[in-house]
Amino acid sequence: MTGFRLTSGGLIDRSRPVSFSFDGKTFKGFEGDTLASALIANDQLLVGRSFKYHRPRGVLTAGSSEPNALVTIGTGPRSEPNTRATVAELYGGLTSRSQNRWPSLNVDIGSLNSLLSPFLGAGFYYKTFMWPKAFWEKVYEPFIRMAAGLGKLTLERDPDRYEKAWAHCDLLVVGAGPAGLAAALKAGRAGLRVILADEDFQPGGSLLSVAATIGGTPAALYAKTVLDELKSLANVTLMPRTTVFGWYDDNVFGAVEKVQKHVAEPSHAKPVERLWRVVARHAILATGAIERPLVFGGNDRPGVMTASAVSTYLNRYGVSPGEKVAVFTNGGTGYRTARDLKAAGIEVAAIVDTRASATDRAPEGVRVMLNAAIVDTKGGKRIKGIVVERAGFEEEIECDALAVSGGWSPVIHLACQRGAKPVWSDEKQAFLAPQSDARLTVAGSAAGLETLTEALADGAAKAEAVIAALGKTAAAEAALAVEDVAYSRHQPVWYVGGARSKAFVDYQNDVHVKDLALAEREAYSSIELSKRYTTSGMATDQGKIANVNATGIIASMKGVSPADVGTTTFRPFYTPVSLGTIAGTSRDRHGRPIRRSPLHGWAEKNGASFVEAGLWYRSSYFLKAGEKTWREACDREVLNVRANAGICDVSTLGKIEIFGPDAAEFLNRLYCNPMLKLPVGKARYGLMLREDGMVHDDGTLSRLAPDHFFMTTTTSMAGEVLSHMEFYHQAYWPELKLRFVSVSDQWAQMSIAGPKSRAILQKLVDADLSDDGFPFLAAREVRLKAGLSVRLFRISFSGELAYELAVPASYGEAVADLVMAEGAEFGLQPYGLEALNVLRIEKGHVTHAELNGTVTPDDAGFGKMMGMSKPDFVGKQLSSRFGLTAADRLQLVGLKPLDPKNEIRAGAHLLKEGAEPSMANDQGIVTSNCFSPVLGHPVALALLKSGRERIGETIIVFDRLRGDEFPATVCSPVFVDPDNLKLKGAVDEPAAPQRKEAAE
Amino acid sequence: MASLITCPHCGTRPKEEFAIKGDASRTRPSPAASAEEWQKFVYIRDNPKGRNIEYWHHVLGCRRWLVVDRDTLTHEVFAVTDAAEHALGRAEGAR
Amino acid sequence: MRYSALSILRNALSGNRGWKPAWREPDPKPHYDVIIVGGGGHGLATAYYLAKEYGITNVAVLEKGYIGSGNVGRNTTIIRSNYILEGNEPFYEFSLKLWEGLEQDFNFNAMVSQRGIVNLFHDDSGRDHYARRGNAMMIHGVEAALLNREQVKALVPYLNYDHARFPIMGALYQKRAGTVRHDAVAWGYARGADSRGVDIIQNCEVTGIRRDASGRVTGVETSRGFIGCNKLGLAAAGNTSTVGRMAGLELPIESHVLQAFVSEGLKPAVHHVLTYGGGHFYISQSDKGGLVFGASLDYFPSYAQRGNLATVEETIEEGVSLIPGLSRARVLRSWGGVMDMSMDGSPIIDRTPIDNLYLNCGWCYGGFKATPASGFTFAHLLAKGESHEVSRFMRLDRFARGYAIDEAGKGPQPNLH
Repeated sequence: MTGFRLTSGGLIDRSRPVSFSFDGKTFKGFEGDTLASALIANDQLLVGRSFKYHRPRGVLTAGSSEPNALVTIGTGPRSEPNTRATVAELYGGLTSRSQNRWPSLNVDIGSLNSLLSPFLGAGFYYKTFMWPKAFWEKVYEPFIRMAAGLGKLTLERDPDRYEKAWAHCDLLVVGAGPAGLAAALKAGRAGLRVILADEDFQPGGSLLSVAATIGGTPAALYAKTVLDELKSLANVTLMPRTTVFGWYDDNVFGAVEKVQKHVAEPSHAKPVERLWRVVARHAILATGAIERPLVFGGNDRPGVMTASAVSTYLNRYGVSPGEKVAVFTNGGTGYRTARDLKAAGIEVAAIVDTRASATDRAPEGVRVMLNAAIVDTKGGKRIKGIVVERAGFEEEIECDALAVSGGWSPVIHLACQRGAKPVWSDEKQAFLAPQSDARLTVAGSAAGLETLTEALADGAAKAEAVIAALGKTAAAEAALAVEDVAYSRHQPVWYVGGARSKAFVDYQNDVHVKDLALAEREAYSSIELSKRYTTSGMATDQGKIANVNATGIIASMKGVSPADVGTTTFRPFYTPVSLGTIAGTSRDRHGRPIRRSPLHGWAEKNGASFVEAGLWYRSSYFLKAGEKTWREACDREVLNVRANAGICDVSTLGKIEIFGPDAAEFLNRLYCNPMLKLPVGKARYGLMLREDGMVHDDGTLSRLAPDHFFMTTTTSMAGEVLSHMEFYHQAYWPELKLRFVSVSDQWAQMSIAGPKSRAILQKLVDADLSDDGFPFLAAREVRLKAGLSVRLFRISFSGELAYELAVPASYGEAVADLVMAEGAEFGLQPYGLEALNVLRIEKGHVTHAELNGTVTPDDAGFGKMMGMSKPDFVGKQLSSRFGLTAADRLQLVGLKPLDPKNEIRAGAHLLKEGAEPSMANDQGIVTSNCFSPVLGHPVALALLKSGRERIGETIIVFDRLRGDEFPATVCSPVFVDPDNLKLKGAVDEPAAPQRKEAAE
Repeated sequence: MASLITCPHCGTRPKEEFAIKGDASRTRPSPAASAEEWQKFVYIRDNPKGRNIEYWHHVLGCRRWLVVDRDTLTHEVFAVTDAAEHALGRAEGAR
Repeated sequence: MRYSALSILRNALSGNRGWKPAWREPDPKPHYDVIIVGGGGHGLATAYYLAKEYGITNVAVLEKGYIGSGNVGRNTTIIRSNYILEGNEPFYEFSLKLWEGLEQDFNFNAMVSQRGIVNLFHDDSGRDHYARRGNAMMIHGVEAALLNREQVKALVPYLNYDHARFPIMGALYQKRAGTVRHDAVAWGYARGADSRGVDIIQNCEVTGIRRDASGRVTGVETSRGFIGCNKLGLAAAGNTSTVGRMAGLELPIESHVLQAFVSEGLKPAVHHVLTYGGGHFYISQSDKGGLVFGASLDYFPSYAQRGNLATVEETIEEGVSLIPGLSRARVLRSWGGVMDMSMDGSPIIDRTPIDNLYLNCGWCYGGFKATPASGFTFAHLLAKGESHEVSRFMRLDRFARGYAIDEAGKGPQPNLH
């Protein structure tokens, strides 16, 4: 009583034996086997345990609908849990393990759950585990979690490669069975660009499993002939091992190709799997049909298989699941399998047919029991017999395998992924896909056709329609004669009554008929609620086996047609897809693009440490010999800028060049402050708002000529500001004559800041840099003495006398080197983002830490800048709403700790002294902080309710998250040089507040 | 739609080349319009289940803003127009 | 019938034939005190609390499909109360407290699992943002912790610490956050509401809102005929604009599709709720073993409960970037929920300018965790005619007044929230 390999036959390559292992035992198979066929050939019928009751389970199918035979293939980081043995191509050295059992597949403690099954019916967990309350998370849930799940994910780093590709075609044919091959051949011969994808490693579909002839040739051989011709056509691409998993908008299909899943050691030169996005003008779905098992008592015993699976194992793999096989059917397919068994020399124990009469011819000498039903099966870890009931009499029949045929369900999954509802056909006793989109047609048995002749003809006909739609002509060809035995239709039997033991509907999730009945009784009666309550159809096969039977059973219980019950929703993925494939190469450091400044090399050779800033790597600080921490470097850099001069890479700022007679008008509408009269040769600080009145971004605008402007944005908003400008120009003000373009990557830009910056630059620049020759906010093109045209801006983020020098990107590093060389005698040193941040905080300058999208210009202290007399600017109208002008808004202030040892950290909140912590008492937040090397203590910027009125107040810094609560003094946000004396570069010059200056 | 967009300038391109802003049915009011009109422009959306016009930006392509006329339930696209043409056409229509 | 150890034992011994329907399937009455449109989590919770907390039982919940067929049945099941703003944090903390007592309250095990949420950050500004959020929680008395890289590593050792594009610097950790068995929330509320007299009417689509000459709402036209009411509450999530339009309401809502994903069942591997700061990815593992994850919207307005492949790829790219060991897990199913995205990313629970018409919408993609508080406070509003303390900022006119509740600071573009 064993499963065994037939002495001849099948499409396996008997000259190429391979060895593999299952649960540590070594077995032999052949090339062309699946893991499942090889296991059956070795009489390993027990391959897994079910989810809830840990019942012993064997192979049920020979394809991708398999619910039972899930194993873990591979070891270590290549472990792949929940792999269906029925589609796993066998290779030498394959290692596989059973799952969800302990300590072993044979002896599984979890199977004790079966004894508790009266308590573990559908939805049992919703009614229990609630007492005592604390036990759920401490006791019950950990236990349930451990018991649940199937295979184990190692979570190790994947050593293999994956990739993605696009494909375009006139016609995508999904499925290379009879209809798919006929369609591809017809379209290929007509010159269409065709892609024929099939999930199997051997295309041919049912042709590989049936004992029929086409044009006198055995079906499998016919398939090979067609495939050979398709291979010879340059316009046809064959994609075996490729599962089309999803149909998306615009006739785009997702597919996964197994490139190296059938080798023990994948080559690193190729991916193991490839994700395809296929853009198809038309698609033909020729995905075949799945045979449904019958739902009867004991239907899950290992050795019970669908009849078509038995035929496939016999005909394609030369394997029989037993020596004495019984057949249980409600239609003709069971008889076909009986014939296949007989032809292979296997004894057929009996054909048990639920119908009262059958036109099908049983093989000679086989006992046919009509009007009969199986009510139970015998055996433990494999079937030993069946209990048949007929006319009130029971009979036990010995067998070691059982082929079950309950009818056919067309595979319409893809066609119904985009909202189309399957339509029940009383005639076919099946759900069919409606025609929901002219670009996708369903052909062959996927369209409910039952015979090989029909499938071949339909595939060709559907292809002809596509050929015609594309304006091409199909050659007329005579159909080939098909020799196949005609079989009768199935008469629906959704549930075989009188079951003595559980009759499973969803094998993997252990949902049996009584569960569906319970759901119905408890009002979870819609098919969708029933699914969710019982978990029927939620297993890894997503209801391929269970769903139509569940619909039928529920319909029978309600006394309605399956049409009235309907189905649950089909959604991607047709079969599960590895996350690795969908991620492709986009992982680890390649997860996002990397941007490097043109001065990256300069910074690197000067010892910069880099930090991620969005997609950029920015120089953060420059450690010198003897310095151990970033703080040491930062403090030195800051002090050196304040005392001498520093050079900093600011190339990452967004840079936009604007030209045109209406450029000034456009910019005047874009910024909240006036820009119309910005003089040529001058720069101005500017704020752009969103239409809701909140600050969008800040930056500088320089007028290089009457119709030529140069804009800088913050690094993080560079892209968004450009999009924002494009939007307003194109969508609202297309009549304005201007053009603009991002030049962020075209210019290297460096800030040279500090009291000695002028002296350094004067050595380099062929222009008068005195306050008269190049005053504060001057902006114009100058020549370097070395001969290069550059742009120089006298603007300052640090509060020092400072310049920004923009040079063509490819000259960046050379010019920076030159500045460094010329500046050496003045003590010039590079400074990084950390020092830049300290310098701007000391000076009270804001960044997006403050401008967080909920801040108005007035909140940030720029209220007077707003050009309210301008007729229009973006954000003007909504700026006057009550909530945006209320007195208790958060306003920018500075903070100093009372005790200089206390570090005020960004993210802390603020409370009034003595106030209880509460949301209502929350006074604001700390936005930026640093240690000020100039002042010698920590400082911070904050947004505080009515902040500007509260200068001098003592406030509590609430940072309980980091264990801190201490008092601080509210002060002006400008900590150093409040009168901007240094900014002007001349202490004796009359000083105006910098902000007023900027808004001039 | 939404797997592919046919840009009037660049041809049929994948969705990930585009950024989507949303409703294009409201025009920006004149500066003289009432506060209520402005608030509606900024905050109210028709949000139809069905045909809708939207701003899409071909941000990784020609960088033109497009007005996409599409169905929010079926995702079918009826037309894609350059936003400037759309705006000028709308101004024309208003006259 | 009450679920208890005894009822389970008794039923187990009698073939589970004694279980009663979890709710009735009544025909609509001609008139109710309150009608709730939408039999999702929020609508059912509203009915439950109306009956239980406010004694209003002459209530109908109208659902056009089956109960729980909207977003309560298609989300990633996360609950948390880690918000920044006064308009949000107290509300979500109220919700989390209700979650904590929910199962005892409605006698249904929704598997509330407080496994903790780990919000990762990858740069200084991310840390500052989460510090602000954590302190906002603590100022409201909600426990939170800021973890450094080593602490995160000890808690979640399998993240990408060595090869990440955006290095993991630390995380905000809320221990009380977690997951809930989402469908069970709808069922538990439905059962609890039904047992208190609420009529849950499935397959009943609202096709019109009837108003009298003075403009007051008097009832709804439905696929099952006219049903009158004193008060009408909308809890229609992604379909809010469509239903609102029946009464002439113009709303600050755009409907968007958000996809979510589940993997095949796996033995326990991911023990917390994790969120990735280098993108939008988030993940947890269900008690059944499926890894449940998601990331961004598809970004285009949509009423279709399905998304596109580009978003699938972006989501999973982020997932594998964060957890390299996910590479060999398989995604089983994806689905799409229609989100009622508001103009500031925060919800609306308020009366409307139309008499007798009340609104509960704008949940963006944070609606699931809000379910108990949303139901409770909407019930309060319907019963008392004024906002509940914790939902008092969630006003419809806040945009006109300039009081947006904008946690992300993204402004009036719904798909950015």
